[in-house]
Amino acid sequence: MSLLQTTKLTKYFGETHAVDHVDFTVSEGEVLALIGSNGAGKTTLINLISGLIAVDSGSIVFQGADITRDSIHEKIGKGIARSFQLVNLFDQLSTLDNLALAIFSRDGKTRKLFSLSDADRAVREEAVAVLQQFGLAAKAGMVAGGLSQGERKLLDVAVAYALKPRLLFLDEPTSGVSTREKAPIMDIITQVVRAGGITAVIVEHDMDVVFKYCPRIIAMHHGTILADGTPDEIRNNEQVTANLLGTQHHA
Amino acid sequence: MSPMPGVTQRPSAAAVLIALALVALPWVVEPYQTVLLSYGLIFAIAALGFNLLLGYTGLLSFGHSAYFGAGAYAVAFTVKYLKIGSMELFLLAGILASALVAALFGLVCVRYTRIFFSILTLALSQVLWSLAFKFYWVTGGTDGLRVPTPTLLGVSIGSGQDKMVFLAHRYYYYVLVIFLAAVGVMWLIVHSPFGKALQAIRDNETRAEFVGVQVWHYRWVAFLISGAFTGLAGALWVPLNGLTTPDILHWSFSGEIVFFTVLGGFKTFAGPVVGAVIFNYLKTFAVGYTVYWQMFLGVVLVTLVLALPTGIMGMVARLAQKWRRAPAL
Repeated sequence: MSLLQTTKLTKYFGETHAVDHVDFTVSEGEVLALIGSNGAGKTTLINLISGLIAVDSGSIVFQGADITRDSIHEKIGKGIARSFQLVNLFDQLSTLDNLALAIFSRDGKTRKLFSLSDADRAVREEAVAVLQQFGLAAKAGMVAGGLSQGERKLLDVAVAYALKPRLLFLDEPTSGVSTREKAPIMDIITQVVRAGGITAVIVEHDMDVVFKYCPRIIAMHHGTILADGTPDEIRNNEQVTANLLGTQHHA
Repeated sequence: MSPMPGVTQRPSAAAVLIALALVALPWVVEPYQTVLLSYGLIFAIAALGFNLLLGYTGLLSFGHSAYFGAGAYAVAFTVKYLKIGSMELFLLAGILASALVAALFGLVCVRYTRIFFSILTLALSQVLWSLAFKFYWVTGGTDGLRVPTPTLLGVSIGSGQDKMVFLAHRYYYYVLVIFLAAVGVMWLIVHSPFGKALQAIRDNETRAEFVGVQVWHYRWVAFLISGAFTGLAGALWVPLNGLTTPDILHWSFSGEIVFFTVLGGFKTFAGPVVGAVIFNYLKTFAVGYTVYWQMFLGVVLVTLVLALPTGIMGMVARLAQKWRRAPAL
């Protein structure tokens, strides 16, 4: 059984068909990429599934339950988390507190008014452990706003990962970082995600990154799914080549 | 770990020294000065409550006079209609009334942010002001309602005892204990996981939502606590002032609460407290010195925003940081 299934999922912005009757399936444990040119509908699709924007029509089924109209909070509770294309962090909080907050929230502890957050050793230790997994332990005390772009990208993913999701959407986890930093970032992310048994959907523009790290790729174009297959199948798909890849990755 | 310089620190030796000085004060200064400080401490409680919204949740309220006034009028109604004179019951009435008003107003206001939130809080506080102003048979109108000297822990003012002496000693200590308790409780709240959630909302509402924080609910609870703290201050203020009038519900008093907080620095825990006490002295001095005292305070505010955008405590923190970094001679 698939972990996530969308049926005829649709979102229009005026005359623009951002996501147009998309049938989309994700199986448990896979790491797949969503590719497409700007405006193809990748981020809108993630926004619809994660609850950031409302669905016009169609349905989203997660673990056999319809979550189409669920709130963001309900979707997170059911195991869907995401990172953002433009890094979305708590810039005035420390790196450690960014993670600690996600853990507090996951465990339902943010309702506690009269206990010191620093005194919760279990949460602090888990936050430090996650920072170590993402190579950010040395930056634990630094405010998130002071981190480099690559570190901020990693922390963005780490915050989502700390929620212990079943399904994790990563919206362009290497955008805005140098070419040299991309591979180390993706190595860390894919390693942590696979070790945690998390299903991940990665939106990415860099085809080298996609072909290297994602065994399944879905190509979108004008709000619809153009192709769905392995890296080799995508490389050799004429429609994808014509619309997205040009000739550089054509086998 | 936290961005707010004052937030991460445990109560320091300086804080303990200040607390000791506050305890000794009535024995070394004139009663008038102690009473003046009582006003400052009471306003500081209101400022602590206000800053839970501004400094920690990122919401600028221009309507906190409503909760201060709700606390004050609740005390006055308790005296007028229930013939009660116990300060402890006054505090209970003040906190409950202000929390109730904050809960209702919060339902409307916290769905909005930025200017929309500020204007809504201002408008709702003006509704209360107009009710207090127009329903004079209930509220006493512009004459206000008088509140006699209350009993403190069941002990009333001695027969023949000078009220000024009572206010400068017993009432001052009463205010001081509640002030210290309020500081302790607020310190705990802003350092709790709940406090972290509020700071997360302040920094990035969307991301807070995506780590599972129900932004609307947390803002509402912060609004409620903020209102209750401000109402507590209002309840403590009435017996000191002797009466309450609609002026305390007017938006201009909300402006003064904003002023305290900006003066002291809303990005530090201690800033609003320092700002409230200093503002009280500043205003008392200005009112006694010139009829153009509002202009004087306006000039101070403009200067402050231009020269000290982080407020007094922000500047102190910066200087302390520089001093620590300076090489030893």
